[in-house]
Amino acid sequence: MKKTLILTTALCGMAFGASAQEVNLLSWGGAYGNSHLEAYAKPFEAETGVKVTIADADNPATPIKAMVEAGNVTADVASVEYADAVRLCDEGLLEEIDPSVLVAAEDGTGAMDDYIEGGVTDCFVGTDVYSMVMVYDDSKFADAKPSTPADFFDTEQFPGQRTMRKGAKFNLEFALMADGVPADEVYDLLETPEGVDRAFAKLDTIKDNVIWWEAGAQPPQLLADGEVSMAYAFNGRIFDAVMNDDKPFNIVWDGQIYEMEGWVIPQGAPNMDEALQFIAFSTAPANQARAAEFISYGPPRKSAAAIVGNIEGTEEPMGPHLPTTEANMGNALGSNLDFWVDYDSELNERFNAWLAG
Amino acid sequence: MATPLDPHAAIVTEAAGIDDGPLRTVDGQPLEKALARSSRAARRRAFMLVLPLLAFIVITFIMPIGQMLYRSVHNDGFAANMPQISAWFAETKPGTEPDEAAYAALAADLLASAEARSIGVVGTRINYEKSGTRSLFTSTGRQVRRGIEPPYREALLEIDDEWGDPELWGAMRNVSSAYTDSFYLASIDRTRNAQGEIERVEEHRRIYITLFMRTLALSALITALTFILGFPVAHLLATLPIRKSNMLMILVLLPFWTSLLVRTTSWMVLLQQQGVINDTLVWLGIIDQQGRLQMIYNQIGTIVAMTHILLPFMILPLYSVMRTINPGYVRAARSLGATSWTAFRRIYFPLTLPGLGAGALLVFILAIGYYITPALVGGSSGQLISNMIAEHMTGTLNWSMAAALAAILLGGVLILYWIYDRLVGIDNLKLG
Repeated sequence: MKKTLILTTALCGMAFGASAQEVNLLSWGGAYGNSHLEAYAKPFEAETGVKVTIADADNPATPIKAMVEAGNVTADVASVEYADAVRLCDEGLLEEIDPSVLVAAEDGTGAMDDYIEGGVTDCFVGTDVYSMVMVYDDSKFADAKPSTPADFFDTEQFPGQRTMRKGAKFNLEFALMADGVPADEVYDLLETPEGVDRAFAKLDTIKDNVIWWEAGAQPPQLLADGEVSMAYAFNGRIFDAVMNDDKPFNIVWDGQIYEMEGWVIPQGAPNMDEALQFIAFSTAPANQARAAEFISYGPPRKSAAAIVGNIEGTEEPMGPHLPTTEANMGNALGSNLDFWVDYDSELNERFNAWLAG
Repeated sequence: MATPLDPHAAIVTEAAGIDDGPLRTVDGQPLEKALARSSRAARRRAFMLVLPLLAFIVITFIMPIGQMLYRSVHNDGFAANMPQISAWFAETKPGTEPDEAAYAALAADLLASAEARSIGVVGTRINYEKSGTRSLFTSTGRQVRRGIEPPYREALLEIDDEWGDPELWGAMRNVSSAYTDSFYLASIDRTRNAQGEIERVEEHRRIYITLFMRTLALSALITALTFILGFPVAHLLATLPIRKSNMLMILVLLPFWTSLLVRTTSWMVLLQQQGVINDTLVWLGIIDQQGRLQMIYNQIGTIVAMTHILLPFMILPLYSVMRTINPGYVRAARSLGATSWTAFRRIYFPLTLPGLGAGALLVFILAIGYYITPALVGGSSGQLISNMIAEHMTGTLNWSMAAALAAILLGGVLILYWIYDRLVGIDNLKLG
């Protein structure tokens, strides 16, 4: 199936002759961008001969908006966060992607059934799942180790400063989970004023013990400096600090909130055919699994999650470090983007007022 | 050689006999015209020389600021995509109960907008006014595309009974015109209710006035601190022999030339709980391990780091003014019986005022727009208004709100400048 698709697309490309065989990819740079290069771009070039050019942006969603509005679109495929994909799609800045181009799983399961819920939407095809996790500095807790969200808020038993992302998103959900709300009831509760009050009341209990981070690089730094004993941070950054800098940071998967990133095609992309071909290729289970070996973000396809190998360059399996691994999903919450698209401004305003007050 | 462009050619008149007509050049042009033409050419040449700079200023400074100011009052996300209901709002008074015609117009607009895929823009705009309504628009848009039958009021209420909410209609009215004051109202913690009256927002959402006040207070404090710390240093630099003062000057200039980010992060190293200062205090036994001071990620961090970073902006103008003060004045005052305090107060200090004014204006205006340092070391209590502007620029993508906040800040700076001009006189400003 995959081969035929690539062949036919390649033939189409040849038939048009003059059209340049290239895809311009807009990615994030860093370790994440590297996973795109190694797991997607290089094998794609080798297999199809279509050249992939990667450009980096701080957040590709911003240039997409600018490109489409200026009528000068140079990117064919871009990697954006789920929330941005929803927003850009609603504003008509993205091409719709026909899910029938996606490759089926090895066992023949259709791509749509193979994806986790919400993994493919009108304009978006998920590539990986990252998550916000609780992490503690092992050297700070000699005896009892924190193991639940409630422990994060318990400064009596687990002393020390905390660091959390500055903003309402993630923190309100986490606070409710720490307050004993089961993951699947969190968003229903947050839609009510009482739920929001309850979340803020819980945050109030550690307000004086929190340093608020804004850039993903800050939490590992604050942990390494000994400035904080616990953090609520992106799992990939923590994994990186543990792997490459041998830091004694332990991740507690209980209470993780996961979210997706994936491909979109900006409205009016110059190489639509190649873009679709690239998306089909890179989201094939084998390639998705390969990308997860470079960075600890889980594949959103069930069949891909099962075949993730060792951490690149080591003999250690990557599986246990992925947010999507069964054992880590015990008390996990999928970030509800529709909720945040709606309540983002109100809750952030309230969060900022709460912080300033 | 006389040419038509040469004004001196005018002295060559055509005929000596004509004395009642205007003076003319050789080729018969009236003198006045020839003169105007030649000076026009000179002016054009001069203008061409400054044209690149003018274009640069217009493109990089005036246009963006103009665009920003425009954005703060103009947002047609709703009005442009929902023309029929906007027209209905324009015809009726605030507080009017929506009738069937209004619902019909709304349904038609929702359908058209959903089909043009602009419903997200509409929803985003209305969500700024009333949170939680974005999905109401997008989901209703999807259902309307599947088909909607009159009567529209019942049909829309069946999709979601929020369509009957007077608050929602008030919000829609607020955004139904492309030009709006709602971003400015929001910048001062105000909003319009369903009847169109201005009222304060709920208590837990009031933030901007607090932040403006804090920004002004912190900036004033930082200006005062840079003055207290910078004045003696500038005086020392100005009175030492030039070789020694040049050496010391390097100590002022080196940090000035060092990247802002480097200086901010070095303050983080110094001030944090496991940092140099706390370690030293613990080692000296002044505080114990548990009592480490929290000097960063709060207002203290912002004040310390910003005072250090802005100090050269106070020292340099002060120094340049102090250098020019003749030491003879103070000596003369002393010889006439003034104590050193009186001589300082009545002679020396007034002479430093132009430098002090320039320094204070520079430091204050830089401080109220400061962004990186408070973001890094400010924690929750050390944030300034610029951090909220950045939040709206990059986080919520509500550029109109960011523009309104920035415009208020800009207005504040201009008022300060005006007051300064009235009190001290801008021509007294000495920067070096």
